Amino acid sequence: MHPLAWWVWALGLAVAVTRTTNPAVIALILASVVLVVLARREDAPSARAFRGFLVLGGCIVAIRVLFYAVVGIKTPGVVLVDIPRVALPSWAVGVELFGPITLTGLLVALYGGLRLATLVVCFGAANALANPKRALRSLPASLHQIGTAIVIAVSVTPQLATAAAGIRRAQRLRGHEPRGVRGLLSTAVPVLTDALSRSLALASSMDSRGYARPLTGRTDRRVSTLVVLALVAASMGTYGLLDGTSPRWLGVPVLVIGAAAAATASILAGRQVRRTRYRPDRWGSPELVVAGCGVVAAVLLVAATATDPASLDPSLSPLGWPQVPPVALLCAVVAAIPATRVFRRSAARGAA
Amino acid sequence: MILFDHVTVTYPDAVRAALTDVTFRVPEGELCLVIGPTGAGKSTLLKAACGLVPHFTGGLLEGRVVVEGRDTRDHPPRDLADVVGVVVQDPASGFVTDTVEEELAYTMEQLGLAPSVMRTRVEEVLDLLGLATLRGRPLADLSGGEQQRVAIGSVLTSHPRILVMDEPTSALDPAAAEDVLAALTRLVHDLGMTVLLAEHRLERVVQYADRVISIASDGTTVDGAPAAVLADSVVAPPIVELARLAAWHPVPLSVRDARRRAAPLRERLVGSTANRRPSVAGDHVVRESAVTVLAAPPVTVLAARDLHVRYGRTHAVRGVDLTLSSGQVVALMGRNGSGKSSLLWALQGSGPRTAGQVLIAGPPGAGPKADPASMRPRDARLRVALVPQNPQDLLYLDTVAAECAATDAQIGAAPGATRTLLDGLTTGVPDHAHPRDLSEGQRLALVLAIQLAARPCVLLLDEPTRGLDYAAKRHLAAALSRHAAAGAAVLLSSHDVEFVAESAGRVLVMADGELVADGGVRDILVASPTFAPQVAKILHPVELLTVDDVRRALAATR
Repeated sequence: MHPLAWWVWALGLAVAVTRTTNPAVIALILASVVLVVLARREDAPSARAFRGFLVLGGCIVAIRVLFYAVVGIKTPGVVLVDIPRVALPSWAVGVELFGPITLTGLLVALYGGLRLATLVVCFGAANALANPKRALRSLPASLHQIGTAIVIAVSVTPQLATAAAGIRRAQRLRGHEPRGVRGLLSTAVPVLTDALSRSLALASSMDSRGYARPLTGRTDRRVSTLVVLALVAASMGTYGLLDGTSPRWLGVPVLVIGAAAAATASILAGRQVRRTRYRPDRWGSPELVVAGCGVVAAVLLVAATATDPASLDPSLSPLGWPQVPPVALLCAVVAAIPATRVFRRSAARGAA
Repeated sequence: MILFDHVTVTYPDAVRAALTDVTFRVPEGELCLVIGPTGAGKSTLLKAACGLVPHFTGGLLEGRVVVEGRDTRDHPPRDLADVVGVVVQDPASGFVTDTVEEELAYTMEQLGLAPSVMRTRVEEVLDLLGLATLRGRPLADLSGGEQQRVAIGSVLTSHPRILVMDEPTSALDPAAAEDVLAALTRLVHDLGMTVLLAEHRLERVVQYADRVISIASDGTTVDGAPAAVLADSVVAPPIVELARLAAWHPVPLSVRDARRRAAPLRERLVGSTANRRPSVAGDHVVRESAVTVLAAPPVTVLAARDLHVRYGRTHAVRGVDLTLSSGQVVALMGRNGSGKSSLLWALQGSGPRTAGQVLIAGPPGAGPKADPASMRPRDARLRVALVPQNPQDLLYLDTVAAECAATDAQIGAAPGATRTLLDGLTTGVPDHAHPRDLSEGQRLALVLAIQLAARPCVLLLDEPTRGLDYAAKRHLAAALSRHAAAGAAVLLSSHDVEFVAESAGRVLVMADGELVADGGVRDILVASPTFAPQVAKILHPVELLTVDDVRRALAATR
């Protein structure tokens, strides 16, 4: 399976999730994501980190709710718990500490937290299904170097988790049972020093294996000129777009010129890097289906918000139960299609 | 071709130079071996040869290093990637990709080789190093030895003219090490590749070397023909020690050469008393060299019955029965991935254990034998201690003194107890040093002291000799035999036959998760061609394993 297919699918679902605050719809999409990951993940270290993303999602919801209770703006509504407000000195005006917790406010926090958590889980799903290091292989040559750096930065998190587990296990050997802040420190210090020395070792290994190796005598001046042009065009174009008084030609046309310059620079820079791909991933019909499912799911919800925004945003004043509109149900089903067994067989044939 | 011209390397904030005025030239097609005690600067020399010093590590390099006509001053490591292949000490830390096949192709991708060339070269290397069955496996799931083979393979695919390798066989079992070294010599002989190799286990490589560079602990070097350099080098393999004992000149380097010279020595030894089967024949508890007066008659301190360990689909340990008695130093041998580490962790109790029972005796007054897995870690460590493959994982404080004090406080020992133990194991560990700055040998000694402070009845060690020089190994062997003599049992897994011959009295051989052999160190080591130590090979049929054995036997003939 081409890794980009999974990333397109996950991004599509992420877009779909941002279109709605309806917890029922979000929960449906979340269920589809988890289902697909469980059905399709391979036995690789990056796939095992998915559980971590789920835990992270749970933490996000909890923190969002906690923040609402402590410093959130207390919207009027049915009061659940009446915590007295703490008076803050005059320099902190505008910040409210505690205060009555209302059902409306709590639900806003909960829905927002759930949405953010689902976004993170979508990202985790792409990470689990498509090895990020393989995804990098599909980048254009000029972005290869920076892409490698990003991917290594991303893959540090699961590595830290395994390192932490290993170090806790080793420390139990000496009878050390890490607890509390001191326990956290005793694990964190070796994990972080370990991560640092490991990343240095990795960098030196990549260096001596020819990473970021330029072709000798072929520095192209045009690239830097084009990049400067693209940057200038981008800032001028944005200014023109946002400032209503500036002439029209300063907006979109300049932005288009900037984008073209950037693309040309990327192609020229790509010519300076000589690098080939070993057994590149092919893009076939299974990939098309997976990516298509993500795109369709996104389009469905984007279209739904454009035509009938009320159904995807449950009313909070007056309070109402969230509804599941048919279009959301359809979206969740489409999102779950990549998990099906029929599809898996055709994918296997596609790979062979 | 590698040229060092008056090279001095000084790291930032270093008290003294890591390398001092090093000059040598390695011509094309030579296998050059770099030797020296731990911390002498072997790694620095190798890194200077591939440009990592000073481009990557920082520091000041005076003089000139020229590799295949390119001065490393003007060429950073990436510009040397097409001519120099580098294999680092810890292979897992250098992996860029996730699977075996992608890792083998990575350097070729960076160099921009054609896809068809990459396909054929990957297949060739898979066969050359016996990796074909592992091609799609995630690198993180491989055993240490398999990872090392992948690391070697991943530089061979790009056909560099020069190979720089830092202890390439340290994690390999004897047979796999032979295979890798045979493959290397083939590359040197058939393709004219130049190899610069650092190694502690000289017995494995010295016979293949065309040249030896010996680094002294002050950073100065001597280079020349292997026999000449080794004749009076501080670090020397058993074969050279034996040659010194028997006053052979020039020093033989291969077992074959030594056997030709050894006929008179063998005759002398055949008549000696010490060569007779040990007086405790059949009872493979303690070898005569390791005999120490036991405080009490041996008792069983560890009994494991029908132990199984499974990870997913892998059945790592299959029905192992094992008893250890007090006073024993037992070595666990077997090829890479045969389940040695899994067995040790399962015995200790914190590793996974699918089925079976482990009972370990406690300190006096602690009641009957019990399973350490059912205890709290701080109680379990009074019965069984494990020194894992990466001992530094146990350390988390920032000075040696703090680590020692934490241990004293935790086990309720008198302040300074751990420090005293540490001083007994090694010398010159400063109190204020950070554990990460210690040499491999010193760090192992610190972890060993921490683990021994609780006086466990059973001490388990997983590959303790990685990165240790001969002196450090001797210290370790002495410490283990002292601990055993105090009434404990020691079980260590090792690929290092010379260390096993020196330290252990009983040997267990593991294959595919089962114990296939269990016997006295002489019976097991002498019988097997792969496990036989050099001295045994040279003196066969005289059953002596170490140079010390020979020295003692000779003393008895006089």
